[in-house]
Parts: sequence; C-alpha cells; structure tokens
Amino acid sequence: MNRRLKMLLIMTLFACISGGVLSLVYLISAPLIEANMLEEERRSILNVVPGIDSYEERIEGEMKYFECKDASGFVVGYALPAKGNGYQGVIKLMVGLTPDLSEITGISILEQVETPGLGGRISEQVFQDQFQGIKTEPAVGYVKNQAPDKDTDIQAVTGATISSRSVVTIINRNIVKFREIL
Amino acid sequence: MAAKDDRKSVGVEFVKGFWKENPILVMLLGMCPTLAVTTSVINGLTMGLAVVFVLTCSSLIVSIVRNIIPKQVRIPVFIVIIATFVTMVDLFLKAFLLDLSKALGPFIPLIVVNCIILGRAEAFASKKGVFLSVVDALGVSFGFTITLIILGGIREVLGMRTFFGHPVLGEGFEPWIVMLLPPGAFITLGLLLGVKNSIDKRLKEKRSR
Repeated sequence: MNRRLKMLLIMTLFACISGGVLSLVYLISAPLIEANMLEEERRSILNVVPGIDSYEERIEGEMKYFECKDASGFVVGYALPAKGNGYQGVIKLMVGLTPDLSEITGISILEQVETPGLGGRISEQVFQDQFQGIKTEPAVGYVKNQAPDKDTDIQAVTGATISSRSVVTIINRNIVKFREIL
Repeated sequence: MAAKDDRKSVGVEFVKGFWKENPILVMLLGMCPTLAVTTSVINGLTMGLAVVFVLTCSSLIVSIVRNIIPKQVRIPVFIVIIATFVTMVDLFLKAFLLDLSKALGPFIPLIVVNCIILGRAEAFASKKGVFLSVVDALGVSFGFTITLIILGGIREVLGMRTFFGHPVLGEGFEPWIVMLLPPGAFITLGLLLGVKNSIDKRLKEKRSR
C-alpha cells in the first residue's frame, strides 16, 4: 500500500474512533452535567432570597433574572446572576433583592479566582453575610478597616480592597440595569 | 530464566517512577500542573489520579497499536489518543465532582499537553510491550501523584493551617499566604529537589565507601 495513503488512513481511523468514544461518553455525562448546573443555580437562589417556595427564570433582553415566589404565589424577591472583573479574573455571583429592589437579601459568590487568602476571602461566609439587609439607594458602598456606619456600606476584606470593591461594583451596575428593565 | 528476568524488570519499571526517575523531582516534567494546582492535598491528589488514568490508558493503547502506526504520524496519533482520555476525565469530573473540577480549572484539559504523558508514550510505550508499558505508566503516574500530595501537603499546612481540609495547626500560627501563591510553589519545589538530591548524594557516598 502507498505509504502516504496508509498514514492518512491510520490518522483518520484514530480520529473516528476517538470521536465515536467521546460522543458516547458525552451522551452519558451531558444530562448529569446539566443537572449539576441547575442544582447549583437552585442552591444559590435559595441562598440569596430567603423563604421562597418557587422561582421562575425570566429573560429580558440581555438580562437573565429569577422571579421568586412564596407558597401563595406572591413575589417576595428577585435573584440576579451577575458577573464582572475582579482583581485577577472574572467574579460570578448571585444577588438577592427585595421586590422593590431597595434592599439586598443576600449574595452568593459563585466563581472567583482572586488571590487565595486575600481577595479569595470574598468567598467567606462572613464577607457575604454583610450584604444581608444592605440598602441599594443611592448605591452600595464599602469602608476600609472599620465597621460601616451607613446602612448602604459593607466592610472591605483587609488587604483586598480591589476584590471587595469589584464585588460592590458588579452588584451596583447590575442593580441599575435591572431597575431599567423592571 | 526469561520469566525471572521479566519479573525483575517489572518491579524495576514500577519502582523507578517513585524515586530514580520521578517525573517531577528528576525529569522535571509536567511543571505547569505541578506548580499551579498543588495549593492543597485534595487538588494534588485529584490531579495525580487524573494523570494516573490518562497515562495508564494511553500507554496501554499506544503499546497495542505501536506497530501499525507509521513513524511519521506517530505524534499526532498519540495526541489524539491522549486527548480522548483527557476529555473523558474532564467530563467525568464535571458530572460527578463539580467542585473539584472548578478548583482544577483549565489544568485538567491541559493534561493533553503534559509532557510526562507524551514523554512516556514516545520513550516507553511505543517501544515496549503492553504489560511493561502499563507497569511503567502506573509507576511514573503514582510517583507523580505522591510528589503532588507532598507538595500540596506542605503548602496547605503552612498556607491554610489545614491538611486535607482538617485543621492541624492551632490558631496561634499565622498562615503563610505566600505558600498558596506561585512563589510558594517554586520555593517548596526547590526545597524538595534539594532534599532529594542530598539524600541521593549521601546514598552514593555510602555505597562507594
């Protein structure tokens, strides 16, 4: 057999086998991966808007949000997935808001690649819990190295002002956009 | 006689990956995942086991098909075989161990270009029989795993006060954050290399005496 033809045939053969095997593996794992993503979404929504019974995904233009209802079908809040740049990479989070958007009911940091031990501490519960009950008007702010005295402020993580500020900025920017469409 | 030789070399091929030809401490291969993911024991262990799976499977396949692959296209074919197994691991982690998959980020897909695996395929599996290739792959990849666990262990204890997620150092110990950052990876790896070389030197001196 022609040597070139043999090379071509062998490479094509291996590529086909590889493709076949992988599509099989994908077929099995795709539903599981999908379920994982949904479960994670569900957990973070329940986490940021307390006391809800059901939620519904809404898409308005480029924005996606979740309308959260209690057992009697009353809208008790919104969950807003948001992302933006942090100090080292993209930060993804979920913000929970009251129906009039005046107060944050909770936040949940979903993904971040900030410096471990410094900016990475935005993932700690203590930092995230600060956002509960924070007022959104005129805007969420932060203070350094002291307990905040305004009801719109949170305390930045020591030594990680940029990461903390990024979280605040992401939240503010998305709330402003959300007000426009609601 | 032949059987006895085989048995002896099986042992040799397996053990060499742990010390004499340790992929990290001697061959200095696969540095990228080594330095990047060893911020904790669990990350190191998962990375190591992923490499065990990929390396063993691809060495097995490579040694089976080595005689039908034309020499000129062996590297692309090896890469396709390796990439297939890496994608499997990636999908598996995403489906069953989402948190770990997130922690390891792009470094699981990057196993495709990990020189340890292509190195073993090229230097060993494409020349030796199926059984020896698998033994070699297991030895090298477990050697890799154990070294990652040691690196991750040192960095996790000093950087986060925990080992495998359990607190081991008291509140009085201020965590060395630098250990979790890239410099900590280089410092720890450098010290490990030094320790290994000085042990080797001492062993050699003892033997020559």
